[in-house]
Amino acid sequence: MQRKRKRLFIRSIILAVLVAAISYTVYVTATGGSKKVVKEGDQAPNFVLTDLNGKKHQLSDYKGRGVLLNFWGTWCPPCKKEMPALNEAYKAFEDKGVQVISINIAQSDFEVRDFVSSYGLDFPMTIDQTKSVMRAYNVDQLPATFLIDSKGKIKRILTYGITEKEFKQYMESIQP
Amino acid sequence: MKKIVCACSYENPEGTQLCAQCGRPLTKEDEEKKVVDMRYDGTAIRSKTYKTSFIDRIWNFFSSVKVGVSLIVITLVLAAIGTFLPQIMFVSVPPGMETIDVYEEKYGFFGKAYYVLGFSNIYASWWFQTIVGMLAVSIIIASLDRGIPLYKALKHQRVRRHASFMKRQRLVSETVEDEKQAAETFELAEQTLKSMRYHVKREQGALLAEKGRFSRFGPYINHVGLIIFISGVMLRLMPGFYVDESLWVREGETTAIPGVEGYYIKNNQFILETYDEKDLKGQDSERVEQAINTRAKNYQTDVTLYKEDGTPLAGDTADLQKIGQYSIQVNKPLKYDGFALYQTDFKQDELKTMTFDLVNKTSKKSLGQITIDLRNPKKEYVINKQTKVALQKYYPDFTEFKDGEPQTASSIPNNPAFIFKMITPEQPKGETSFVAIRQTLEPFGETTYKMKFQSVETRDASNLTVRKDKTLPILLVGGIIFMIGVTMGSYWSHRRIWLQRTEDGRVLLAAHTNKNWFSMKKDVSEVCTSAHLTDYHDQLEEREKQ
Repeated sequence: MQRKRKRLFIRSIILAVLVAAISYTVYVTATGGSKKVVKEGDQAPNFVLTDLNGKKHQLSDYKGRGVLLNFWGTWCPPCKKEMPALNEAYKAFEDKGVQVISINIAQSDFEVRDFVSSYGLDFPMTIDQTKSVMRAYNVDQLPATFLIDSKGKIKRILTYGITEKEFKQYMESIQP
Repeated sequence: MKKIVCACSYENPEGTQLCAQCGRPLTKEDEEKKVVDMRYDGTAIRSKTYKTSFIDRIWNFFSSVKVGVSLIVITLVLAAIGTFLPQIMFVSVPPGMETIDVYEEKYGFFGKAYYVLGFSNIYASWWFQTIVGMLAVSIIIASLDRGIPLYKALKHQRVRRHASFMKRQRLVSETVEDEKQAAETFELAEQTLKSMRYHVKREQGALLAEKGRFSRFGPYINHVGLIIFISGVMLRLMPGFYVDESLWVREGETTAIPGVEGYYIKNNQFILETYDEKDLKGQDSERVEQAINTRAKNYQTDVTLYKEDGTPLAGDTADLQKIGQYSIQVNKPLKYDGFALYQTDFKQDELKTMTFDLVNKTSKKSLGQITIDLRNPKKEYVINKQTKVALQKYYPDFTEFKDGEPQTASSIPNNPAFIFKMITPEQPKGETSFVAIRQTLEPFGETTYKMKFQSVETRDASNLTVRKDKTLPILLVGGIIFMIGVTMGSYWSHRRIWLQRTEDGRVLLAAHTNKNWFSMKKDVSEVCTSAHLTDYHDQLEEREKQ
């Protein structure tokens, strides 16, 4: 009897380990393979970028505040379209503890400055010249908006053009 | 649990064919056989003995060789179907089209079904992975169920076997000898066997000589290698073990390497070398040369590799340390810190700078030239105190006007367009002109001056593949173990010779091997001759002759 129970126990463990290994393999493949993907709920990768006014923005310095990251390029029509809405939302939440950092993907200083002045944007604008921040966040389509809460966790990832009303709702959700 | 009690009073587990103690056949079937089945040395295959709980039923299913073979066949058939149409990674889907439509348009309903069922990306389909996983489970369980009892049986085997076991071996011999002759026979047999490198064990009136037992474990070692190999392939899915990415980098630019944090690469130069006419010795026609591209001699990217000092922080390029300069060629990747960069693709003659002449339209006189760096244009180009060109707008990849505003399709200067304000002594307030390739617009009226296109500088871009594979050592170890198992099982055989004197004054000899009976017979023959025994019979051959 004793031996029989031991045998059942060992067999159950071996089968459980094997089933777990196979399920994990199937699950990981189904959810996008081995690529290190930044997901909602993950800790936001830290980065540092300098804005057009020469001010450095390091994500870890904004602990305790909500942060909205917006990746964009001038060739992306929905990016351009959502900029005025983002600017309005920025002004409304600037004093409520939500920081906006806009990240342009490796364009020239001239183009970005020209864009900022013609759209009258007030939030900090940075350029990711080496695409390292873009790669750290696995950004593969624009626009990409990351909502990061006061603890540095990614709450939402949005990859479409957003309206002013939605921007405000999202900012409210990460307001400390 | 039911036990089978042998005549020698040893208790064997249910399913045993030959008594573990004395070797007597325990089943009716085996008793009737002239030569017993020696596979697994007559031990009970574990799973066949108990069929009780649910877990046992699953276990028994995977332990079955029939199930294992079926799984192999299913895997092969599915993998074969996977070669009918191109796999998804070899299909480049044009923008604006769905993959499924490509398959349907090209191959009709079959193509659509093929895609929907997942055959077009077979290695990533859940059912293919499940089948391969089940095969792995089958290999593990079947090996455990057979390997462990076999190991135990061979480890604890007895020197003296029952006469009925001896009688049922394939090679047998029987000689009548008295006690003194028998003692001499045993002595001589031991010497001969030892000289043939057998391990000899003796008991009162019995002898067991054994050689090459380890070869019986070849298949199990081989399975261990396979399992290690499969685990290595599985580990590729764990983050950090396997990276396969690609990046474009233009000459003169520095970019972060995707998949490996903290590393940056600068493209110093892309080189495409071709064979000169005189180098081409063959008499291929030009069309053939183009068809199989015999002209290209070298694709090469000269790069500088940088690493960020300290803990990598994205965007921080202030303290990049130069690691070295490398030339990446096809099949000669840059290897560093576990990752490799391969030359994969290139794009030649991308626009880098454009030079314009500021020309008076009527007098055709030039006031000077400006050169615009298309990846980093300036706001103003000063020619002299009264003459300058202000850049008002820049569209690197101009497509069309939309609501009066020029649009750009990308950030790459494929088709640059500019809005210039030309300030000249004649027009100190400035004149505005929209300039694109082969297109000039003057939105605020006719201008006195124009920006006349002079020349361009170009540069190349390289596409590099980033590969990191930490599973390679595991795959190598798995492969080596696999081959060791195959070699053990194929080039050695397990030979055993039993010798015993019965109480009625006969010396019995029996011999068994798992393969290569010809050599076994030679060994037995030599023992029979040197120890003065009757020559052996081959019971199987005799039966065939009858």
